[in-house]
Amino acid sequence: MTLQVSVGKRLKFFDLEVSFTCEDKDMLVMIGPSGGGKTTIVRMIAGLETPDEGRIVYGDEVWFDASRRINLPPRKRKVGYVFQDYTLFPHLSLYRNAAFAAVDKRDVDGLLTLFGIDHLRDRKPDKVSGGERQRCAICQALARRPRVMLLDEPFSALDVVTRRSLREELRAMKSGLSFPVVYVTHDIQEALFLADEILPIVEGKVDRDWMRRTITREPAPGTAPRAVREPRLSLVY
Amino acid sequence: MEWQAFYVTLKLAATATAVLMVVAAPIACVLAYARFPGKSLVEALLYLPMALPPTVLGFYFIMVLGPRGIAGRPWETLTGQPLLFTFTGIALASVLYSVPFAIQPMKAAFRKIDRRLLESASVLGLSPAAAFVRVVLPNSIGGIIAAAVLVFLHTIGAFGVLIMVGGSIPGVTKVASIAIYEAVEAMDYRAAHLMSLCFLPISYVFLLIANKLGEES
Repeated sequence: MTLQVSVGKRLKFFDLEVSFTCEDKDMLVMIGPSGGGKTTIVRMIAGLETPDEGRIVYGDEVWFDASRRINLPPRKRKVGYVFQDYTLFPHLSLYRNAAFAAVDKRDVDGLLTLFGIDHLRDRKPDKVSGGERQRCAICQALARRPRVMLLDEPFSALDVVTRRSLREELRAMKSGLSFPVVYVTHDIQEALFLADEILPIVEGKVDRDWMRRTITREPAPGTAPRAVREPRLSLVY
Repeated sequence: MEWQAFYVTLKLAATATAVLMVVAAPIACVLAYARFPGKSLVEALLYLPMALPPTVLGFYFIMVLGPRGIAGRPWETLTGQPLLFTFTGIALASVLYSVPFAIQPMKAAFRKIDRRLLESASVLGLSPAAAFVRVVLPNSIGGIIAAAVLVFLHTIGAFGVLIMVGGSIPGVTKVASIAIYEAVEAMDYRAAHLMSLCFLPISYVFLLIANKLGEES
């Protein structure tokens, strides 16, 4: 099935207007400078933000349609959402976090083992490392057997080594997933490593040329060239 | 020394605390998260019992709960019992008298919860009511216990409101604070002394609990 998104919203500094599709088993990576609207788009898919106009459809189920006044609440969309920073429930152990919305509790043990955190199952989130928390957040989202998976810079708060190994784990398990995955990052390396399709978002619009301009450091049309050429950290590692 | 008055005090404080925990939690939740026109007006109204002199409050309770009041008359037709000078009456008055002390700590605790946890809960399929029970309550235990302690202590200390609404019927509405006052009036300083002394450890232990919880959260 296909996730079809075509939305518009007036934001503070620009108008957001994007439209794209993502097939089952595909990983669509949204990339672009921070503050460009990537997170807003993902939040619209999850139902946490309401677009001013447009449609969001998964398969033949309409999640949002401005003209027909349809707006399915987040809890009915059945998406898996891994946030940028840790949103595990602080009062629950890792196991109970992962099992929080599990369709079948038997999935949970397998997921914890797959992500290598089974030995920490009884610890609370504040007693494990950042990488282990994000692993648990992914388990929590997967145990819900989501129809669409949304990952919003899930590894950006982690150190380089952990980030790299989690990125590799994610790519390895990608082939086993049967649903569309939308992944947000501002890291070009990560995008190239993971994506089936890359969707650059700049100031609320799809800007297909952004990747090339960024890599060659060509200034965007209509902007002044940079006075100082600072090193691109994202290209170093 | 009137043990009976202590029994009434503790029964009253326990009743008011239990009732307020259930009633105030949803109100505090709405005040913490919802936005609606006139919210600050509603909030100020709910906190009014804290700002009014207890005798003013007691006077209005007599007007409302009395046999011709808007609450007293239907209650009497329904149950055949009056509200004034009964335990139910002083319990009702104590609940209203302590509303601000229940709502404020709970609201503060609810507000401290990261909004993203609630978003996460809704994405994970929880209805707002389920999220309240499974996410909000367990993460604001400190605030809820603080509210309970404050309500309990505030009810133990009530005097003006209770003497106006309940009078001083031994075993029914005569609470320890009234018993102490009456003992002093009767110049029975020994009894007053003993009863007053009983309050010290109770209040001290409860405050210790409240402070401990405040530090932890």
